[in-house]
Amino acid sequence: MAGRPRQLGPPGEPRRIGYLYVLPAFLVYAVFALYPLLRAVHLSLFDWDGLTVGTWAGLSNYQEVLTDERLRASFGHALVLMVFFALIPLVVGLLLAAILHRASVRGLGFFRTVVFLPQVVAMVVIAVAWRRIYAPDGTINSVLTSIGLESWTRGWLGEYAFALPAVGLIGTWFESGLVTVLLLAGMGRIPPDLYEAARLDGAGAVREFFAVTLPSVRGEIAVALTLTVIAALKTFDLIYMTTSGGPGHTTTVPSYEVYRQAFELGQVGLACTIGVCLTVIIFAISFVITRVGDRVAD
Amino acid sequence: MRVSPSERTLNYVILTAFAVFAIWPILSIVVAGLQPDAEAPGGVGNLTQAWEIGRFGSYLRTSVLVSAFVVTVSTVLSVLAGFAFGTMRFRGADALFYLMLIGIMMPAEAIVVPLFFDLRAIGLTDTFWAIALPQVAQSVAFGTFWLRAAFRSSPRSLVEAARLDGASTGRILWQVLVPLARPAIVTLVVLTFMWTWNEFLIPLVMIPTNEALRTAPLGLGFFSGQYTQGYALLAAGATIVALPVVIVYLFLQRHFIAGMLEGAVKD
Repeated sequence: MAGRPRQLGPPGEPRRIGYLYVLPAFLVYAVFALYPLLRAVHLSLFDWDGLTVGTWAGLSNYQEVLTDERLRASFGHALVLMVFFALIPLVVGLLLAAILHRASVRGLGFFRTVVFLPQVVAMVVIAVAWRRIYAPDGTINSVLTSIGLESWTRGWLGEYAFALPAVGLIGTWFESGLVTVLLLAGMGRIPPDLYEAARLDGAGAVREFFAVTLPSVRGEIAVALTLTVIAALKTFDLIYMTTSGGPGHTTTVPSYEVYRQAFELGQVGLACTIGVCLTVIIFAISFVITRVGDRVAD
Repeated sequence: MRVSPSERTLNYVILTAFAVFAIWPILSIVVAGLQPDAEAPGGVGNLTQAWEIGRFGSYLRTSVLVSAFVVTVSTVLSVLAGFAFGTMRFRGADALFYLMLIGIMMPAEAIVVPLFFDLRAIGLTDTFWAIALPQVAQSVAFGTFWLRAAFRSSPRSLVEAARLDGASTGRILWQVLVPLARPAIVTLVVLTFMWTWNEFLIPLVMIPTNEALRTAPLGLGFFSGQYTQGYALLAAGATIVALPVVIVYLFLQRHFIAGMLEGAVKD
């Protein structure tokens, strides 16, 4: 939207009245978002149970995040979820979008509507649906039984080895449509003569993909990764509704630990510390992805 | 591009398979919500049964009130702030804007804990305001960013002409710029509605005891924990919770898709 020559300087004329227009929005934002964020940083330096007087703790809460086995594991799980929420959908999306982009097919609009639908459904509803699919007497197990693989059936969300990938797969399902739609839009903007030139050079479908399609959608890939990686880091509802971090602590994630430490264990300072770390990580990741995306695009 | 008939057929197979994969869990819950079981009569009767047993009428009422408040207030505030940031120059404008930009990525997880204890100290937890105002703050951050870009790209000559005609600043905003920015505002309204309707963590934390103030997703969360007799009523409740946003999506899907994809891109 930027890039017009007259917008090189700041827009518009100098007007004091600007403060008045900004004030109401800024006030609500400052009181209910910015101030709580500063408070979180402040509280992260205390040991506080939320009831009695807190005691100064310095950086010991941060130390605990780094050393406590369960908390460290939660960040590791977030990393695993990034594979399921971001990496797999990116590969799936690239593959699907590239195939669909090669030929004009009918019904693409309908397809877009359908595959984007998961994005607008409340995560609680999605969790209710997938809990049914994974249940001991659920969809997956009855399919396995009906094709004679009864020995493979299990409570998918209840077993140590399977719970985290099972939750991750919900994320793959949730994000793949979004990524595909995003990449399809990006590929739609590639000038056709780029392909004609590649074909004159005798490029096949695969070389065409790596030489023309992939470089042209770098910007979209950066956007897709930003959206999905952040979504992977903010999976509170899904964990709360499917596994509550269990079995053991095999599926707990930082955003769930914030809730658990503050409201189930009364470790308010530690909960704020996890929240602050989560914020820093989210900012760092989106900064890096947009920077790398920009540089590659130049 | 020209491709062989077999590749075209393959495309349709892939399209269909992926569409089925995407919609199947959602359809399965709608279908399950219409099945009869011990507690459920089956068909549409399940929805009314869930409405009563699961108290979804009350949850939906709260969700409608919260969404209406958050959407209205945050849209108006975002129009005002986006107008100033997009068309005026004043000292510190950039700093203020970047400060608000932080709010777009700030996770609710980070602020919900201090917010709860501060609001509890002044007796505001378990109230409408505790659910609504933090969400206004988050929506206003995105809305200001979104509408600043929209107002910035509106033709400056139009504003200058209106000013030469003696129109006041407020008139220029509401009668010249807002009508021009209508598509962007509609996108903002549907996105804010969806985010507010689907929000789970903020109502969960802010409404520890007051059952009458549970929103629809929160009510579903509690219902799924307490009601374990059968799946039909739970699925019917889930359908009720999802339906309002899905209906709006089916009518305004371009706005949803464009907003969610472009909203992530810096201008």
